[in-house]
Amino acid sequence: MPAAILLIAFTHYPTVATVIDSLFSKATAIRPSRFVGLLNYQRMLDDPIFWKVLANNAWFALGTIPTSIALAIVMALFVNRAIPGRSLVRMAYFTPTVLPMIAVANIWLFFYTPDIGLIDQIAGWFGFSGHNWLGDPNTVLPAIMVMTVWKEAGFFMIFYLAAMQNIPPELEEASRLEGASRWYYFRRVMFPLLMPTTLFVLVNAVLNSFKLVDHLFVLTKGGPDNASNLLLYYIFETAFSYFETHFAAALTMVLLVILGVMALLQFFVLDKRVHYR
Amino acid sequence: MSRIEIHELAKQWGPVVAVDQVSFTVTEGSLTVLLGPSGCGKSTILRLIAGLEKVSSGSIAIGESEVTHLDPAKRGVSMVFQSYALFPHLNVRENILFGLKVRGVSPSDRRARLEESARMVGLEELLNRKPAQLSGGQRQRVALARSIVSRRRVCLMDEPLSNLDAKLRAEMRDEIRSLQQKLGLTMVYVTHDQVEAMTMADQVVLLKKGRVEQTGRPHDLYERPRTTFAAQFMGSPPMNLLQLDLIEARSALAAAWGGTLPTGGLTGGYIGVRPEHVLVGDVGLPVRVSATDYLGAETVLRMAHGEQTLFGKIGGHRRYAPGEQLHVCWSAEAVHRFGADGLRIEDPKRVSS
Ligand SMILES: Nc1ncnc2c1ncn2[C@@H]1O[C@H](COP(=O)(O)OP(=O)(O)OP(=O)(O)O)[C@@H](O)[C@H]1O
Ligand SMILES: [Mg+2]
Repeated sequence: MPAAILLIAFTHYPTVATVIDSLFSKATAIRPSRFVGLLNYQRMLDDPIFWKVLANNAWFALGTIPTSIALAIVMALFVNRAIPGRSLVRMAYFTPTVLPMIAVANIWLFFYTPDIGLIDQIAGWFGFSGHNWLGDPNTVLPAIMVMTVWKEAGFFMIFYLAAMQNIPPELEEASRLEGASRWYYFRRVMFPLLMPTTLFVLVNAVLNSFKLVDHLFVLTKGGPDNASNLLLYYIFETAFSYFETHFAAALTMVLLVILGVMALLQFFVLDKRVHYR
Repeated sequence: MSRIEIHELAKQWGPVVAVDQVSFTVTEGSLTVLLGPSGCGKSTILRLIAGLEKVSSGSIAIGESEVTHLDPAKRGVSMVFQSYALFPHLNVRENILFGLKVRGVSPSDRRARLEESARMVGLEELLNRKPAQLSGGQRQRVALARSIVSRRRVCLMDEPLSNLDAKLRAEMRDEIRSLQQKLGLTMVYVTHDQVEAMTMADQVVLLKKGRVEQTGRPHDLYERPRTTFAAQFMGSPPMNLLQLDLIEARSALAAAWGGTLPTGGLTGGYIGVRPEHVLVGDVGLPVRVSATDYLGAETVLRMAHGEQTLFGKIGGHRRYAPGEQLHVCWSAEAVHRFGADGLRIEDPKRVSS
């Protein structure tokens, strides 16, 4: 019962309040807030920044999720083998995960700083001139995606590693005896057996791609010209920089619907194809 | 072309010597059982033959070719694991056909071979089930079918029956043996169960701490164990071993022995008598009954002579009570003699038998 009360107080009530808020206009000194129906949503559809942010978010998700999952599997495969200094390597991969996103962003800020940053210094040795990675609308989103992959892959690796260690080694031995190559074994046996993990990781990755915007505060503030702006950060800006709380509420509803649809899709579509032992 | 020859095989992991100078030969189409207590290196030897572990020294030959360092897939062996190693996400059909698909066998061939092997082990009805939907015995059959369908001449089995209940184990034991004979497979079969070894094997290799203790037909191991270890490992209850120095009453011993003691050298070492050769009577070694196990057709008596324990398998229906004083004897032919070092002392009279 206390749990239900907490849930209602801190989850359900704010959600409903947001829905209601999104149907009202912004209060000004001369005009109080009033019911405007779907006007906020109408305005949203006409807002080019909204569409830009949405597209950015889609690219961000598409760019980071498959890459970080693939990288996580590769790293887990590597660490799962008996190599010397295994626990050290494991720790090294895991480090980005234990760091808070803000700290990670600070590290990468140092990498990306034009001319004196690590990347430009290394590029400089090979004769490339400096580049303002975070200042160029063409490179800013990829730059942030690289950082996100770096941060997330280690986290996902831990789940894959745990799942791999649950696969009995006889399965690999049996397929070796049958003449299966490593790749065949991975494709036909290991990867299917990792499906539950993949589903779990995928849900997390999708949610994170909409939820994680801490780094934008440090790195770009969504700029330049909204080139790296993501939905949640845009909501934050609208609500707390422009004080358009009612418009922000409408945006929030969109975010909630997107997340809800994603979660349902994954659980109902993917679930059918997942093998659970 | 599937005779297996193991020559001075050894395997170490750092200081651990798991297999130590093991040599034996498995003739084509025969079944050899690797027998021994837990940790004696049975699985390791099997995995060395399969190529799943690297050999430390020694050599392995299968058929005409030496395979000591050959890739496992190229050795032409199939293996049945103790855990069956079925792929949990594949159904029975896909599990059986896994290897054929890997090796690119044509679909029509695959179908024919699947049918044949599924029929042999009685799995026709279950081809679409996942391993999780099968009983232990059925999983065992899938593992067998997977081995049969490969048509490889050498089959290695690591305690394939240890997860089954006693009745099923006896059934599968006969089934495996008859399949092996019907298909003419050369089989190496690992177990720690001496009954499996006795009933299935053409040859038993008895192992102790990574070394071969004795090699021979089950009959040889039972009738003429080379060491006290072999004597006690085969048979249940194990052979009675009496330490000669602890038997004070020499005349009673003589009476137990059928009247007269053999001349000379009856100090040190052991005498061994199988429980079924122990006779209960009015003369012989005095013993006190400490426990009785009534098994229907026979009664297993646990008896004590001084500090030493003896088992007797007695037919008939006479009831024995714990604490009862009895005398036991045996015929001179039933006695095995072992030196203080545990090695068999051959009795000139018995050599010819
Ligand atoms: N990978 C390994 N690393 C180190 N030691 C090992 C390894 N595998 C086996 N051993 C050791 O080798 C010895 C023989 O092991 P093995 O598995 O062959 O025994 P086994 O006869 O099959 O026993 P069981 O009947 O319990 O299966 C054991 O002492 C074991 O601890
Ligand atoms: Mg074993």
